[in-house]
Amino acid sequence: MNELVLAELRAQFPILSRQVHGKPLVYLDNAATTQKPQAVLQAECHYYEQLNANIHRGVHALSQEATDAFEQARDKIQRFIHAAHREEIIFTRGATEAINLVAHSWGRSHLQPGDEILLTEMEHHANIVPWQLLCEATGAQLKVVPIDARGGLVAGALQSLLTHKTKLVGVTHVSNALGTINPVAEIIRQAHAVGALVLVDGAQAVAHLAVDVQALDCDFYVFSSHKLYGPTGIGALYGKRSLLQDMPPYQGGGDMISQVTFARTTYNQLPYKFEAGTPHIAGAVGLGAAIDFVQTVGLERIAAHEEHLLSYATEQALQFEGLTLIGTMPEKAGILSFVLKGVHPHDIGTILDNEGVAIRTGHHCAMPVMDHYALAATARASFALYNTLEEVDALFHALRRVQKLFLG
Amino acid sequence: MSDLRDLYQEVIFDHNRHPHNFGPMPHANRQADGFNPLCGDRLTLRLLVENGVIQEARFEGAGCAISTASASLMTDALKGKTEAEANQLFTGFHQMVMGEPPAIDLGKLAVLAGVQEFPARVKCATLAWHTLTAALKNETTAVSTE
Repeated sequence: MNELVLAELRAQFPILSRQVHGKPLVYLDNAATTQKPQAVLQAECHYYEQLNANIHRGVHALSQEATDAFEQARDKIQRFIHAAHREEIIFTRGATEAINLVAHSWGRSHLQPGDEILLTEMEHHANIVPWQLLCEATGAQLKVVPIDARGGLVAGALQSLLTHKTKLVGVTHVSNALGTINPVAEIIRQAHAVGALVLVDGAQAVAHLAVDVQALDCDFYVFSSHKLYGPTGIGALYGKRSLLQDMPPYQGGGDMISQVTFARTTYNQLPYKFEAGTPHIAGAVGLGAAIDFVQTVGLERIAAHEEHLLSYATEQALQFEGLTLIGTMPEKAGILSFVLKGVHPHDIGTILDNEGVAIRTGHHCAMPVMDHYALAATARASFALYNTLEEVDALFHALRRVQKLFLG
Repeated sequence: MSDLRDLYQEVIFDHNRHPHNFGPMPHANRQADGFNPLCGDRLTLRLLVENGVIQEARFEGAGCAISTASASLMTDALKGKTEAEANQLFTGFHQMVMGEPPAIDLGKLAVLAGVQEFPARVKCATLAWHTLTAALKNETTAVSTE
C-alpha cells in the first residue's frame, strides 16, 4: 500500500485524527477491537435517520425497508465467507454468543457421557468456557491439543487425540494471544475422518484473511463485527444447513416461531429459528457496510500491508534488548505479543499510553496460553489496515522510554 | 496531562527492584491470596498477629511495579500496628488513590498518591490492601480486585 493510499484510508477513520495525552493516537490494539470507518458510521446513522422500524413484521414502508437493509447485510456476510446458502448465516451478538449457541443447541441435543470435545491450548476463553459448561451438563469430556514453544499446535497431537469419541473440534483460525494462523483446512480434514464436526473461531481471522467456508468444509464458523471495522454487539454464526436444521432453538421469543399456542409452538424456518427477539438491526447494517469497506480495500491488499507491518515490527523487536517475543510461528497474522525483561506488561501499557500508543496488556482472555509460557501477562501490539510504519517506530520509541524509566 | 513521573517515582522503582518483606514466612498465623484478574497478578500475604498487633508482614508473588511497590510499602507500614490501625490505614490509602483527602497521615505510603491520576491502575495499588483485609479475617478463598 503506498503512502497516498494509506493516508486516504486513514482519513476515512475519524478517530485516528484525535490526540491522546497531547500526542497523536497510535492505535495498536486492533485485536481487541478495530476502529470504524466513516462508511460504517454513516450506514448506522442513515439506518436510524431514514429506515428505523422493526423487521419481518410491519406492512408499512419503513418496516419493509428496514427488513431489506437487515437481510441485505446477511447476503453480504454469505458472499464474504462464501457460504452456500443465505439461511446458513445466523445473526448473533458476536463470536462469543455464536459459540454459546452451538454449544447449547447442538451440544445438548447431541452429546452423551463419554463423548469428547477437542479444543486447542491457544483458544480464547470464549471457545473454552461454553464447552466446559456443556461438558458439565452432559458428562462429555474436554480434551486439549497442546501448543509448542513457538505457539503452534504440537505436530501429530491432533491426530493422536482424535478418536471415534471426538464429536467436535473447536479451533481458533488465528490466535488472539500469539498471532498463529492455524492450518484449519487440514484440521477439518482430520476431524472429519473420525466423524467429528469442527467449529472455527474466526474472530481474529476475518479482518486479515479471505475465508471460504465451503472450501474449508468447516461445520461452524463464527466471527464478530467489531474486529472487522464494524459496530460492536453484532456478529454471525455460519453453520451447514443440514446441521442447523437439525438443531433445536437456542432462545425462545418473537420472530423465531411460526405458530404459538399454549399447547404447542412450531418454530420458524432457518435462519429465523435462531434469531429470537428484535435483533441489533443497525449493527447488522453497519456490519454490511464494514464488509463492503473491507472488500473495496481488498483483503489481499490488507493482508500484504499487515504482513509488511508485522515483519518490520518483528525485525525491530528481535534487536530490542531484553524483549522476548511470545508466538513466533512463521504463519502469523498482525499480532506482536511480547514481554520485556524487568518490566511488567501493565507498566509498559501505562507508559506507552502516556506516549499516545494504545496496546493491550494482560492475559488476552487466553489464560491457558499464559500458563503455557509461565507468564501472568504479555504486552500485545496488533495491526490493522490503517497502521503505518511510522506507528511501529512510535511503538519502539515508546518502548525505549519504558526501558529508560525502568532500567535507568 | 497526567505526569508519568507522579506515578513512577524513584521510591516506587526502588521498592519494585528490591521489595521489602518479600519471601516466605513459615511461622505466619494469618494468610491470604489476592488476584487481579485484569492483569493476572497474584500475591500471597502472610502475617504474624499477636494480641491483636501485627508483628510481621511478608508477601510473595509477581506483579507490576505499582502492585509490588504497594505491597512492599504496606508490609513496612503494618509492623506494630493493631488490626484497627491497619484497617484505618487501608481506609486512608483507599481515599488517597481515589483522589479524596485521606483521613489520616499515611507517611511513606503517600508516594503512591500519583495513582489517583491513573484510574486504570488503582486496582494494582489496592491489591495488597484487599488481600490484607482477607488475611485479617483469615479468609481462605482468594480475594479478587474485581
